[in-house]
Amino acid sequence: MNDDLEFEVERYELFAEPAYNFNFNRRQFLKAFSGGIALIVPMSNLVASTLQQQQGESGRGRGNERVPDDIGAWIHIDENGTVSVFTGKVELGQNIRTSLTQAVAEELHVPLTTVRMVMADTDLTPFDMGTFGSLTTPMMAPQLRKAAAAARETLISLAAEQWKVAPSAVRIVNARFVNHDASKSLTLAEVAKGQKLVKTIPPNVSVTPANEWTIEGTSVAKVNGRDFVTGSHQYTTDIKREGMLYGRIVRPSALESTLVSSDTKAAEAMPGVVVVRDGDFIGIAAPDRQTAIRAEKAVAVHWKAPGQPGDDELFDYLKKNASTERGRSRPVGSISDGMTAADKKLAQTYTVAYIAHAPLEPRAAVAEWNGDKLTVWTGTQRPFGVRSELAEAFHMPEEKIRVIVPDTGSGYGGKHTGECAIEAARLARGSGKPVKLVWTREEEFNWAYFRPAGVIEVSSGVKNDGSVTAWEFHNYNSGASAMQVKYDFPNQDIQFHNSKSPLRQGSYRGLAATANHFAREVHMDELAQLVGMDPVAFRLKNIKDARLQAVLEAVANSFGWDRRKKIEGRGYGIACGFEKGSYVATTAEVSVDPKTKAVKIERAVESFECGAIVNKRHLHNQVEGALVQAIGGAMFEAIQFKNGQILNGRFSRYRLPRFSDMPKIEVVLLDRKDLPSAGAGETPIVGLAPAVSNAIFDATGTRLRSLPLNPR
Amino acid sequence: MANVTTLNVNGKKLRLDVDSQTPLLYVLRDYLNLTGTKYGCGEARCGACTVLADGQMMRSCVTPVGRVSDKQITTIEGLAKDDKLHPLQEAFLKADALQCGYCTAGMIMSAAALFNKNSKPSREEIVKHMDGNVCRCGTYARIVNAIEIAAGTAKEVAE
Repeated sequence: MNDDLEFEVERYELFAEPAYNFNFNRRQFLKAFSGGIALIVPMSNLVASTLQQQQGESGRGRGNERVPDDIGAWIHIDENGTVSVFTGKVELGQNIRTSLTQAVAEELHVPLTTVRMVMADTDLTPFDMGTFGSLTTPMMAPQLRKAAAAARETLISLAAEQWKVAPSAVRIVNARFVNHDASKSLTLAEVAKGQKLVKTIPPNVSVTPANEWTIEGTSVAKVNGRDFVTGSHQYTTDIKREGMLYGRIVRPSALESTLVSSDTKAAEAMPGVVVVRDGDFIGIAAPDRQTAIRAEKAVAVHWKAPGQPGDDELFDYLKKNASTERGRSRPVGSISDGMTAADKKLAQTYTVAYIAHAPLEPRAAVAEWNGDKLTVWTGTQRPFGVRSELAEAFHMPEEKIRVIVPDTGSGYGGKHTGECAIEAARLARGSGKPVKLVWTREEEFNWAYFRPAGVIEVSSGVKNDGSVTAWEFHNYNSGASAMQVKYDFPNQDIQFHNSKSPLRQGSYRGLAATANHFAREVHMDELAQLVGMDPVAFRLKNIKDARLQAVLEAVANSFGWDRRKKIEGRGYGIACGFEKGSYVATTAEVSVDPKTKAVKIERAVESFECGAIVNKRHLHNQVEGALVQAIGGAMFEAIQFKNGQILNGRFSRYRLPRFSDMPKIEVVLLDRKDLPSAGAGETPIVGLAPAVSNAIFDATGTRLRSLPLNPR
Repeated sequence: MANVTTLNVNGKKLRLDVDSQTPLLYVLRDYLNLTGTKYGCGEARCGACTVLADGQMMRSCVTPVGRVSDKQITTIEGLAKDDKLHPLQEAFLKADALQCGYCTAGMIMSAAALFNKNSKPSREEIVKHMDGNVCRCGTYARIVNAIEIAAGTAKEVAE
């Protein structure tokens, strides 16, 4: 897992930042912990599983331990019997508020409603690296399970002590402790009352195996779902503070611009308007939004921007500026031996465009200064990272800054940074009042960051029996995620090459796994065609991994691959892969209009396996959603740009998948209760694009090797 | 510029004093504290800002408040009656028709407008009517299912 993290070099937006910061220390914990029982998850358990062994705390016995400095999360049962879980993770629609509640309720043997999640508040929750990389389910959930199990055992011994019986004679039934014949019972509150007990997870606490789960493994509804359907949930954009002003930023005319001259007098003369200037930063704070817009327009400003590459020369530019160093990866076997052994050879190039995350809630922040203390509400996947950015921007210690993240209007990897938080805080400091800044959709397109564009070159050799003998793969700029193969190729040389990106780029759902699967799985289809084999049979010939084989066979069965009929204007395509601990296989059926050549995805079937399923309904929802989002990148999403300007940066120019783009979708989930649960927010997105490209070839005989496949 | 001084929202006549050119979206959100209606794009291309005006679908981000000052506005906050959820709200929960939830209010209001002219819409009619609403999380199939559940034309899908 740790290796994977280091390997994800394409999180460009995170470069030059400290990796960890163990800031929720003993002092802060003790401030938050008044009484009751607390179970601590050490940070080291969360950052690297190998470190777990080194956790020497016994946690046994009844005495209080020293509170460690190294807190990653904790569970608190207070003297009223309320169970609170403190984690720095962020809810953005992936439903971890629900799945983590399930994990704790399962082990504590209490109803879901007993458990309250306190998330993503830098004053209340321990440091967390950020909510990305599909890490919550494989890393946070198992630790919270252990903490909850340890809490349960502690509570049971306390109840047993009250009754002077052995702990084995006490059970928890419906959040009540009962003795052997149920003649006595105690509530959580009655057991926790008067206690002040702090423990770290013992090294060998055992948790309920997945095949005995009663709360996890069930389709629990979104725990705070009602707040969303009634409109009462307060996103960052909905927060209002006493005396709050509305912010607006005077944006440069293009990327890389410098300010030549400006005149803000007319704006400053408007009633209630404050103009805040700081270097090239010009911002407005006004009593209402309309006034802020008028003031922004009243600023006369002249910017100078250098000439910059456009999308018409993008792929040449990325190749030309690519690093020639080979990086960390080492070849396997020998490419030249593999090529010599091949009956047929193939070399092809694939490209992917920049695309936008376009979270429906744009970047937003509400900033408020109280003396030298700064509080910022903002929608980000990295509350602690944003706190660091604020500390750096304002030259102040992190203890003076509180970042609070309400459940957020999605992110998809696009909300890792703190630009908007810094801008709002700068306006609030300059105006002396709380300020809300909500980026416009155009700002979100122009001043956030994109999924990297890239060029991928693949050359390979194959024997007539379908075994691939050589696999050379070069990714330029798009990223290294899922670049390694799960196929059984004897000779491989796989390399990622950094390049100079004309646009600001960063994380995206699945990172480069979509690009690398696209190149690999289209190339596999081309090889199958070259040796005259069925695409499924060809893949199976090169697979030894049983889990990959299982998802491929499952999707082929559900789709009816062997029964598919050749119909004019219809095509069928398949792709499979692995990333972040989970396996996926996708089939697509497309229709192609004989006159206009317009492509429609008629049907998509995807099989997915991520170990033991925690919440089948929410997993279904994630997989379906990923497939729909994948349609955009596969079919039509692409950023057009020239000279530092985004040419299609608004919804009327940038097409997003809509209701009418939706194919018939079927999801096949393989539940492996014998395997640990992996995250599922990202990997289901990777298979659609190659499956559709392969289906278009099947229908038309034309190979499309660039994403999006159908840009206009 | 003329100002708007009263507005009928969710069955109540509310007093305010805003420039008639102000988009209805910001009158609701900033002046009336009805923040369930969302900003998504500002050009009527995503539907997050959808409300009802005299029962009809309206994108509030491009509607000057002066144009609706004599109409009955309904927002997401006005759908539930005495704490009892509207059938569409119930159905969205049943069908798990949301992830991040930011588009949800707009989706529900658009669907409510559809029901006002067609109480038993076909799947094709639902898709056509809802095509101006974006769910970036991609829960479209579930939203269609939710609308069908509320219309009584479909049952909840197992997962």
